[in-house]
Amino acid sequence: MSRVEFRKDLFADERSDDLNEVGKPTIRQDIIGHVRGTTRFYDDHLFDGLLHMRCVRSPHHHARIRNINVSGAESMPGVRRIVMPSDVPNNLNTLLSLIGFGRDDEPLLSSAKVAYKGEPVCAVIADTERQARDAVAAIKVDWEVLPHVLDVEQAIQPDAPVVNETYPNNLFDYGRFDHQKLRFGDVHSAMQRADKIVEGQYQMSPIEQAPMETCGAIAAPETNERIVCHTATQALFFSLGTTAKLLDVPSSRLHFIGGTVGGGFGGKVDSITEPMAVLGALLTGKPVKFHWDREEEMQVGAPRGAERWVIRDGVMNDGSIIAREFTGYFDCGAYTRLSSYAIQKGVGHLPGPYTIPNVAANVYCVYTNRTPATAMRGFGITGVDFAIESHMDKVAEAVGMNPIELRIHNAYRDGDMKAHRRVAKNTALIECCQVAAQKSNWQLGPQYASASSLRDGGSTERAAIPETAVDMVGKIGERRSSSIAASPAQGTERVPAGQASELLSPLPLQHADMQIEPSRVGHTVKATAPLANAAGAPPPAATAHRETTQPPATQVSTPVSQQSPVSPPESLPASSTGSYQQPPRDQPAASPPEAPAVKPYEPQERFNKGMNRPGAARHLINRRRR
Amino acid sequence: MAKKPISFVLNGQDTSVFVEQGGNLLDELRRTVGDLSPKFGCGQGTCGACTVLINGEPQLSCLVLAERVEGQRIDTNGGLAEGPDLHPLQKAFVEGFAAQCGFCSSGMLMAAKALLDRNASPSRDEIAEAISGNLCRCTGYEPIIDAIVVAAENMRRRTT
Repeated sequence: MSRVEFRKDLFADERSDDLNEVGKPTIRQDIIGHVRGTTRFYDDHLFDGLLHMRCVRSPHHHARIRNINVSGAESMPGVRRIVMPSDVPNNLNTLLSLIGFGRDDEPLLSSAKVAYKGEPVCAVIADTERQARDAVAAIKVDWEVLPHVLDVEQAIQPDAPVVNETYPNNLFDYGRFDHQKLRFGDVHSAMQRADKIVEGQYQMSPIEQAPMETCGAIAAPETNERIVCHTATQALFFSLGTTAKLLDVPSSRLHFIGGTVGGGFGGKVDSITEPMAVLGALLTGKPVKFHWDREEEMQVGAPRGAERWVIRDGVMNDGSIIAREFTGYFDCGAYTRLSSYAIQKGVGHLPGPYTIPNVAANVYCVYTNRTPATAMRGFGITGVDFAIESHMDKVAEAVGMNPIELRIHNAYRDGDMKAHRRVAKNTALIECCQVAAQKSNWQLGPQYASASSLRDGGSTERAAIPETAVDMVGKIGERRSSSIAASPAQGTERVPAGQASELLSPLPLQHADMQIEPSRVGHTVKATAPLANAAGAPPPAATAHRETTQPPATQVSTPVSQQSPVSPPESLPASSTGSYQQPPRDQPAASPPEAPAVKPYEPQERFNKGMNRPGAARHLINRRRR
Repeated sequence: MAKKPISFVLNGQDTSVFVEQGGNLLDELRRTVGDLSPKFGCGQGTCGACTVLINGEPQLSCLVLAERVEGQRIDTNGGLAEGPDLHPLQKAFVEGFAAQCGFCSSGMLMAAKALLDRNASPSRDEIAEAISGNLCRCTGYEPIIDAIVVAAENMRRRTT
């Protein structure tokens, strides 16, 4: 008996199981407070002697901090405390470290350099907000302005400034790859079969969530040595864990109260105001409020990041899309926040709600000197959906087809295999298209008007995972030979992806389907042998991993992959290991534009998922609970 | 800086407080008087979340000097309901789903009240005009306009 049934059994007379609420209007449980004005948002908690905290922020996109002069501000009326980066016990974090994803890359207050306009370098706590503002204005920072980069494709050129020393190639590191990869079937040969190739590029700008209530938090010492924190966060325990890590305090000392949010839309998950307010309360022993004014909300509040997508389709004359490949650039701004995760989510969504037998994607999470990006409604999906649907119209035009009929023709149906290797269920694109056509008086041919998501899906062909090249650890990537016998019928050395495999020796790239847009991805492919070599006996570089062949972006910040190249399995023949340690070529002769005074973050060992790694707070457990 | 004593009528009650010289009415209402119904959304007079009525006129309290309201009549959403009974506008907002996060609601309701006080049967265009200084990011404006139309009908029915 399941737990739910058990409860139903015991409390049968107390609990109505009439839960059929879908489709019926229901009054919000909190709306009475909203219309009476009695709902308590975080700022509606009054404290005697509340102090106000404000940050000194960078006016530059990218600058080194030579010196911070606080002597004038310290003696100003009402100033209680100047908060410096050294006051933050564990001043490096990445939001997703709480789930063991990514390296710590962002300080709460920057001490060495700033990488986006508005990045905080120190803070003032004063009796009134006005006194805090005056003191902030009196703090003099000596900036050494550095060259900045604001465009994703410029940021991955070899001579681009290093935005974030933790990721010196300006690219997030997805395990062995510097991009998130998706491979399903064989895009290259399908493109050769296609009647038409349709290519398009799509771009969206950052979008600010702009909630009515700006981000903020009030922290105050409680009587039991704990700190209470009233916050506008959308992610209470996320904020609590982040605060505990940054401030190196046990989470049991933190009493977080939230849940009442004056609009969030994704912009209130970044957990910046809570550690600041709690730090203020710890340093002063008084209630401290840290909130963003509207200008800060718009300038430093993390938006939905900009995205650029290049989509290339192989289309038959009847409108069937037989291959689709993506190159995506996510502008994650100066720090990772949630962008790396948004990309994984977005790539799981490819190729959109369509059944396309051959799909490939390389998606780059690029650091630029823009405001760090974070979640916003449907994040990771909205941008690429805009690109996909714009591209569908372009395909319809190219093949001279009604765009809604083209969508229905290619729509996924129940039982079809999606590119991320899950069977599609409860699909409804066809029905959506039919309703949209009806509402807009758009004529559909009879076979499209009568199509259904419930029919014609899941045939052997549509439900199959096509043979897909995998790399030596069985991941989808570059082509390797395998110890697993390939299906004799196929007569190739390729195996279906998703099978556990012991892949042994690297094979030359047989053709170009693993490389998308090589001319546009800057130094990450520059050192790879040209594709022309791939057909014949290639030089070792032809099989080298892209990320191991990058030249170091600067002299002081060697790419992580150079320090600890991907080790091939022990069983790998010695002769083939050379291809993994291709020495850097095309090293920039000129001196790099910057020479950081502070040693960049250098992990002692290759990053692994999980908490057991340098930079993780001591109080965090090293193991996942079972 | 010495604080300044001022007196005004807040939601029908005589109120006297010491205010910061140069302080704005929003801060003084919230922090000094303790009426938390007007909200800080921007502090720049662009969002309308701090809307209160001064002598019946909707004003942005973040842009009004607290000293200027000496002897004036101020109404906030905190005084809109009559005890346990919701004002018809509040009731219509509840029933019409015209509030989601609730942060704009107090300002929105005061702007609507000012309209209905001078025009008992406004058109949709007049309602849109009256709340044009109040931003909402969750609900969207259609349910809010619908709720104000319903409230106006109910108030007319009640008075006739």
